[in-house]
Amino acid sequence: MQGVPPNRRPVNMVFQHLALFPMMSVGENVGYGLARRGVARAEITRRVGDMLERVSLPGAQHKRIDQLSGGQKQRIAIARSLVLEPTLLLLDEPLGALDLKLREHMKIELKQLQAAFGTTFVYITHDQSEALVMSDHVAVMQHGRFEQVGTPQELYYAPQTPFVAGFVGANNRVTGRADSVLGHLVSLTGPGGLQVQARAMGAVRAGDAVEAFVRPEVVTLARDPAALVGPARYRASVESLLFDGANSAVLLREQASRTEFRVALPQTGQFADLTVGETVHFCFDPERAVCFAVAAATAG
Amino acid sequence: MAPVEGSEGKRQATLLFALLLAPALLWLLLLIVLPHVELAILSLRVRTGPGEYAPSLAQYGTFIEEPLYWHTFVRTAAMSLLSTALTLLIAFPIAWTIAKIARGRTQSMLFVLCLIPFWVSETVRALGWMILLRESGVLPGLLVKLGITPAPVEMLYNDATILIGLVYTSMLFMVVPLVSALESLDDSLVEAAYDLGGNGFSILRQIVIPHAAPGIVAGCIVVFMLTLGNYLTPTLLGGKSSQWFTEQIYTQFITRFNWEQGAAFGFLLLLLSTAIVWLGLKLSGQRFGDVMQRT
Repeated sequence: MQGVPPNRRPVNMVFQHLALFPMMSVGENVGYGLARRGVARAEITRRVGDMLERVSLPGAQHKRIDQLSGGQKQRIAIARSLVLEPTLLLLDEPLGALDLKLREHMKIELKQLQAAFGTTFVYITHDQSEALVMSDHVAVMQHGRFEQVGTPQELYYAPQTPFVAGFVGANNRVTGRADSVLGHLVSLTGPGGLQVQARAMGAVRAGDAVEAFVRPEVVTLARDPAALVGPARYRASVESLLFDGANSAVLLREQASRTEFRVALPQTGQFADLTVGETVHFCFDPERAVCFAVAAATAG
Repeated sequence: MAPVEGSEGKRQATLLFALLLAPALLWLLLLIVLPHVELAILSLRVRTGPGEYAPSLAQYGTFIEEPLYWHTFVRTAAMSLLSTALTLLIAFPIAWTIAKIARGRTQSMLFVLCLIPFWVSETVRALGWMILLRESGVLPGLLVKLGITPAPVEMLYNDATILIGLVYTSMLFMVVPLVSALESLDDSLVEAAYDLGGNGFSILRQIVIPHAAPGIVAGCIVVFMLTLGNYLTPTLLGGKSSQWFTEQIYTQFITRFNWEQGAAFGFLLLLLSTAIVWLGLKLSGQRFGDVMQRT
């Protein structure tokens, strides 16, 4: 494809604000590309009709663009591109301009449309939840370079770079120096003498400057320290409660090192009565925390 | 000031609105409506003796019977239409450049360049063209020097010169509404059209022109009316052969002192411009209100 101008490649694009032509009817919008290819009028009418049926808007040919809802507009924008049967459909943040409720709804609708058509969608977004929910493969980019390409699960559970670990999902970051490396487990000392163990990602040697990441949902909370099993147990006081239904979390300050931790609250309702200032205990499984050597990060 | 409650506030707002509107209404009534009523009365009477008048359609009869008058009338309309079309053709690429291609300083610079000719009066601008184009002027002299013509050619006093002058005079009034119409065109529409296989011409025809239509029609109406009612430029650049209808009106009022005939001509010109603007709106499918918001 090198040397072929972008508008001549078998790739079509859905624009950020959809860029439907307001001066044309829905049918003319969908048929525009076909008409430009010189397809016969009757054939255009047939294929536009088929396409509108496939995006569940049969008979919408004569509607004006401003008569459509946000979701319908998006389906027309996709239909307008897919009617040309591209090998690839590029979507440039098509949900960016929508409000949250509609965005949630459109996310699912887009995923279903993609599954129904089977065309490869390349979907550009700043919204992580969109990327994770909708994709088979996600590429995380920073400064125009790929940080990591993989399934959403790989990105989330096995980030290859500190940027991906910090960027995808919420994470607690602890910087420090590696004291010892035992197999794939690194023991490090963070600010204020905080001792943390985590799984090494890439090469980590004792003495390296390292960053460790601990996901909020990996941490186990308890009021009674005896209830916790793990190599390291921490005492912390509750700094603030971040109630958000199923995504509720609590900000803790580890008492010895004054390090802040964000910890997800379990769904059992066990900690529903937690108050600010209360002392709690927590621990986490080192296998589920990751650790990177900092030097490798700056070189990458 | 404390907020005024309920109906009291509404009454004040209405009063304020009426006061703000009053100057415009007065202006409209005193300078447009009243003179036209007077003109209508003038045009519908005939002088039967010293200080004696009778109602009559004779003035309009003269217009139809005398070929010179209605030839001039038709010629003025046709030349105005042609001049409007030429202005549109020349102004469109300029407006596109200002609205879509130029950025920042260049953009304002280009706008100023369109505006600068309007700092001098129309008379001076027309005289400028005369200096350039008359037989002993700059351009004929240059042509002789370059050996293109053996002797200086008179470039004034023909239709082409009148058109040049008219287009030049009305350019700004076309560029401004076009720029505002084109600026509101979302660039991603053009990109999307290219993405779907459109080429320059089809995008211009199917996307840019339909989007800019209100601006195009607004510019055309303003330019057409200005051209039709122009007196100075056709007279100076066209000389005796210009045959512009406003000259006929001038002659009747000033030279012949035949106010009745002049008033009838004035009314005919008003009818003509109204009819052509109405026709233009019908043909382009635009509504007058929408179009006027663009000017």
